[in-house]
Amino acid sequence: MSAPLLSAQGLSKRYGAVPACRDVSFELNEGEALAIVGESGSGKTTLLNLIGGALAPDAGEVVYRMRDGTERALSSLNEAERRSLMRTDWGFVHQDSSRGLRMNVSAGGNIGERLMAVGDRHYGRIRASALEWLGRVEIDSARIDDPPTTYSGGMRQRLQIARNLVTRPRLMFMDEPTGGLDVSVQARLLDLLRGLIADMGLAVVLVTHDLAVARLLSHRILVMRQGEVIESGLTDRVLDDPQAPYTQLLVSSVLAA
Amino acid sequence: MSALQANELLRVERLSKAFTLHLHGGARLPVVHGVSFTVAAGECVVLGGPSGVGKSSILKMAFGNYVIGEGRILLADGDRVIDVARAGAADILDARRRIVGYVSQFLRVIPRVGAIDVVAAAAQESGLDRAAARDRAASLLARLDLPERLWSVPPATFSGGEQQRVNIARGFAGRHRLLILDEPTASLDAANRGAVIDLIAERKALGTGFLATFHDEDVRARVADRIVDVSLFSDREAA
Repeated sequence: MSAPLLSAQGLSKRYGAVPACRDVSFELNEGEALAIVGESGSGKTTLLNLIGGALAPDAGEVVYRMRDGTERALSSLNEAERRSLMRTDWGFVHQDSSRGLRMNVSAGGNIGERLMAVGDRHYGRIRASALEWLGRVEIDSARIDDPPTTYSGGMRQRLQIARNLVTRPRLMFMDEPTGGLDVSVQARLLDLLRGLIADMGLAVVLVTHDLAVARLLSHRILVMRQGEVIESGLTDRVLDDPQAPYTQLLVSSVLAA
Repeated sequence: MSALQANELLRVERLSKAFTLHLHGGARLPVVHGVSFTVAAGECVVLGGPSGVGKSSILKMAFGNYVIGEGRILLADGDRVIDVARAGAADILDARRRIVGYVSQFLRVIPRVGAIDVVAAAAQESGLDRAAARDRAASLLARLDLPERLWSVPPATFSGGEQQRVNIARGFAGRHRLLILDEPTASLDAANRGAVIDLIAERKALGTGFLATFHDEDVRARVADRIVDVSLFSDREAA
């Protein structure tokens, strides 16, 4: 088996006296979807930010295998390398779409921007890509010139996904991607994500408090509590036969519809 | 430590399992103790014993869905052997794609995905191309007598028996050497039970091994080569 795409080694982070993330280590392979679950305050978003480079750890290291095959510690990348990674090989889907989109730029512009950032200047080609990706995320092509301020919540999330995938990243970070959406809208988004992850062979780090979302989208789960990973493993194993007391509590607290 | 004999697809050795219920004062709920048996190519081994004796738990452990308490579960993978008790998540997922399939009692439906696509996806995962996978899905759904007008409909609204037929079609769509069946015929009428019995017989002739539970005596008598009485290994009474 080839080297992991990403490996986190001993990641720790404190906010003042509060440990938000304690000695977390894991590996992520290409094409693998990993869910980080836990209640709010468990440290899952901190962990996501540490892996995605938005936060610097107090201790530990994240190593990423770049497109050219070299393994690099994120802390060793210069600003230009880091930005290029985030614009090409990584994607981010935020719960709050205004963090992932430019709200006053047209949908086509939002998608095209990522292509322009990697050097594409051909207007016709950029627009054709934007149209193709709007189609793949099920947004009517007639809406290409409208800004996301005129879109519904579910459409904005789909536009975020299109904007990210247009550069064919290998790794997507998702923070509660279906949070705050109506249930029917969630189902459509989840199904779309599931298909795209499988078709594109994407690796995913998904933060969610929703165990049903984790079950549908992820291969493997890390359960976090008070900044620590207390249980991990194959997603259906962790959810169907949880071992840790806290995981048993989480699983048993879900209302079956 | 012996690995697998030639022709063995699955070897369960001294398998034990208990649940620890942390939300109920850490109560320990024993399930099974010291279970050993094998499944050979072309053989159908049926787990017997009353309800609650631990049959489904054994099936789930063999599929990597439940934690294995003690013992080993060895799966043949060509010349290699996978110990399900020790394999990592990636190896289990790989084994599920290529080697071991599972038909549960209930279909876990995926929103918006039509019945034929649920089945075709399983065929595609095991290596068939898109068109071949769809053909295979269509032929299985037809054999299981699911009305063609339902094929493109997501199974969420189907009856229990219709969902179960989609589930069975999905399980048989791949090219797994070992199929685990957990009460696959429970909600089927006699004609559809017959179709499942035929499917099992055909795959056995091709060398597929089965590990199954059936509460239906008639089905059991027609497909089982061997019955392993799980109550001999049950730990429930001792609790």
